[in-house]
Amino acid sequence: MGLLKKFLPLHLFIRSEPSLAKGRGIAFRLSCLILLTTSLIFIALFGYYYAFSRQLIEDKIEQDATHLAQATANRIDRVLGATEKIPQDLSIVMEHLSPETEGLKTFMTTLLEKNDEIYGMAVAFEPYAYSRDMKCFAPYLCRDNGKIASANLSYEYFYWDWYQIPRELGRASWIEPYFDEGAGNILMSTYALPFYQGVGETRKLKGIVTADISLSWLKAIVSSIKIGKTGYAFLISKNGTFVTHPNSDLIMNESIFSVAESRKDNSLREIGREMIAGKSGFARSVDMISGVESWMAYAPLPSSGWSLAVIFPESEVMADITLLNQRVIFLGIGGFLLLYIIIIWIARGITRPLRDLTDAAATIAGGNLDAVLPPVRTKDEVGMLASSFYTMKDSLKEHIRNLTETTAAKERIESELRLAHDIQMGILPRVFPAFPHRREFDIYAAIVPAKEVGGDLYDFFFMDDDHLCFTIGDVSGKGVPASLFMAVTKILIKAKAVKGLTPETILARVNEDLSIDNPSMMFVTLFLGILDVTNGEIVYCNGGHNPPYIIRADGEITQLEGTKGMALGVMEDLTYQSKNITLKKGDNLFLYTDGVTEAVNQQDELFSEKRLEMGLSDLRDQSLKEIISGIMERLEVFSKGVPQADDITMLALKFHNEL
Amino acid sequence: MIIKRPSLYCLALFFILVFISQAMPADLKKAVFIPHWIPQAQFAGYYVAYEMGIYRKHGIDLTIIPGGSETPALDLLKDGRAQFGSLWLSTAIEARAQGVELVNVAQIMQKSGLMLVAKKSSGIKEPKDMNGKKVGIWDSFKVQPNAFFKKYNLDVKTVTQSYSVNLFLSGGVDVASAMWYNEYHTILNSGLNPDELSAFFFYEHDLNFPEDGIYVMKETLDQDPQLAREFVAASLEGWRYAFDHPEEALDIIIKNLEKEHLPASWVHQRWMLNRMKDLLPATEAGISGQLKEDDYYRVGKGLMENGLIEKIPPFASFHQE
Repeated sequence: MGLLKKFLPLHLFIRSEPSLAKGRGIAFRLSCLILLTTSLIFIALFGYYYAFSRQLIEDKIEQDATHLAQATANRIDRVLGATEKIPQDLSIVMEHLSPETEGLKTFMTTLLEKNDEIYGMAVAFEPYAYSRDMKCFAPYLCRDNGKIASANLSYEYFYWDWYQIPRELGRASWIEPYFDEGAGNILMSTYALPFYQGVGETRKLKGIVTADISLSWLKAIVSSIKIGKTGYAFLISKNGTFVTHPNSDLIMNESIFSVAESRKDNSLREIGREMIAGKSGFARSVDMISGVESWMAYAPLPSSGWSLAVIFPESEVMADITLLNQRVIFLGIGGFLLLYIIIIWIARGITRPLRDLTDAAATIAGGNLDAVLPPVRTKDEVGMLASSFYTMKDSLKEHIRNLTETTAAKERIESELRLAHDIQMGILPRVFPAFPHRREFDIYAAIVPAKEVGGDLYDFFFMDDDHLCFTIGDVSGKGVPASLFMAVTKILIKAKAVKGLTPETILARVNEDLSIDNPSMMFVTLFLGILDVTNGEIVYCNGGHNPPYIIRADGEITQLEGTKGMALGVMEDLTYQSKNITLKKGDNLFLYTDGVTEAVNQQDELFSEKRLEMGLSDLRDQSLKEIISGIMERLEVFSKGVPQADDITMLALKFHNEL
Repeated sequence: MIIKRPSLYCLALFFILVFISQAMPADLKKAVFIPHWIPQAQFAGYYVAYEMGIYRKHGIDLTIIPGGSETPALDLLKDGRAQFGSLWLSTAIEARAQGVELVNVAQIMQKSGLMLVAKKSSGIKEPKDMNGKKVGIWDSFKVQPNAFFKKYNLDVKTVTQSYSVNLFLSGGVDVASAMWYNEYHTILNSGLNPDELSAFFFYEHDLNFPEDGIYVMKETLDQDPQLAREFVAASLEGWRYAFDHPEEALDIIIKNLEKEHLPASWVHQRWMLNRMKDLLPATEAGISGQLKEDDYYRVGKGLMENGLIEKIPPFASFHQE
């Protein structure tokens, strides 16, 4: 599992679960989109439906209200019209019969007795028309506590409306209603009509006949009209004065125009003008009592010139449709919720396999290739995706298994190489100071293989008490073959370097053994020297190796002269030549492999012998260990960031010339 | 000191109360005022001055008798039931000419509110259009109309007009007499629009007969001229207050109308108060209260020409400031 994660950081490219949980999944977006569209459709439909139904209701109200106003107006007008008949009959009697006082009063009494709706009647004569002695003659009969009382109007009645208006108009007229204070504050109206004497040219006005009508029955009729809780009807006179109204303060005190003035409502004034002009109509208005928006239908009472209006408060009239609308909205919201749930359910059904797949992918990304994938039930896009996912998982699993096996093999090899490294290092002398009891010289060496095992080698050992053999070498190639070849070389050197032999002989013998059976054509460059610790004389032989440096005690640094020897293992029967050099007290000898001079930096420059010489020059007064580690540090600094390409080996020797 | 202080205050307060309660009534002079018609906005100044205690401030303990047909102002002044009364200038000149010793102490209205109104639909747009038409005339106020007919050489059929305008509204007459502050508004509030009406203001036809003024009997005036001065000053202050605080003034008027069981229409009284402001007129400069001599003689001449008086009483004895 850990391995898989190392090689397959799937979690980097598979989005993890929490972003789905935030509600931006397909189900959410799908349902939002559908609901939005549905809402728009619903709002449009509802708007149309509302406007249409409202118009229907308005039409219906107009019809109903107009009808109601007209019917009520007609009903009142019929009563008024019937009432008009009595004084009309009386005027005919007055024109044709000229009854004497008592007869007139009896006749009038009879009329009153037979006609309950009439409160009082008068026959008022023109000045001196009844008798030349009497300016005013006007018998008046009216109801008084269930009886009929008789009186004469004693005042000059000629300039009163009830007299003057029919007189001046020459026709019957309904006089503006008034409160009759004498008769217990009842609302009255008078129907007055003139009667004449003579015919043609001589025809002239003789008097006025009146009938007083108590309007209490009128009030009852009008107030019986109830529309909803606050709807009502009212009646205005031909001057616009309120004759009946639920607000009794308005009656006879205000006209529809004064109300319009106080409300600063010019449309009401216009309605009032239409009403007193005897027109029927339907208008939007404001209720005079509550101030709420209302509809108003009005119809005239043709006989009296009055007008009846019915007020429909909009909120009440619209109560049903408002309730209906509320329910539609309520149902709509309910429907939306249902729709939402269903959409979510469906969308979740569609996306569940996807989410399961996502979960599985996340698990797999977490490294668990054995995670159970959701079963493929459908053959749609999701099903195909799941099927591909199955294939992917299996391939992945197979791939991982192969990888695991390869890796295991590699690890095994590496572990073997580590062992080989230890063994290789074990065959090189690595304990310093190597000869603590010898004061004549110091020797120090270090090796850093480029891989686990390398092809460099060094060695030093006493051939007898006075002769120290030391060697350094570099096998061609690297890795395991080089290391084996190096081990062979090292053992051969140890075996061949017996007492009394010169370096040239040793090299020739080693070469012979290496060359004999060398199918891989490997070779080794080798430098071998033998130091006579008693006098500092070194006999050396170089088989193709980098020439060591001699660092004199006075600071002079020179390369050892070459001995023109070839690398070992290339061919048999090679001969080598030795050379001599003598170390003086304090002189150093520095041996190295090409891993030192051929180390490269990032600019592909070689460390080179020049830098090595500078290093040696700088470090020449230090101890051997410090010289080698100093060069090593410079190498590290120089080739920083560039992997080590070759084994690096250094060996240094210092002659003290002390016994 | 600290302990004594409250008792000192109490003592001071006691003396002040005693002083007020004893001094005030003793200083107030009793007087009665009779306006010549019902308590409507036409008399707002007096009712407001009364309600706001302005008369008391001027040292008068006033009683206002509500006017009306039952209580003619002139009669009450004559028999001494009222010391002050409101009368039309023409009424007062007529009375004076008949020997009633009336003195005008203030001419409240400078402009005549009387007018003739006709429906444009009856074809009357100029004075000459009235020729041959029926014109409603109030018996008591016929001088100006007659002068008007004479001025424009009109032959009209006059009909005695009652207190209502129903005869005019029902078409019984073509032209009606009206007070600008009263009947004219009633006509408007019977559904006729101003642009449908032809209005003839007498003051626009060189027939300005100033109307309401304050009158007092010469005897009463001679007895206590200071009282009359204070009454006029208080009344004018009342008028100013009424125009400055119309809502308050209207509330007072409505209250008084209701007390008399009379129809009390707020909008009507508001119209009336506004027209009174135009007719007084109440301007930035204030309310004049003066009777102009040429106004006086114009009215007197009119009365004489109508045979209502034989000669015009001298202006100096009629008007006294």
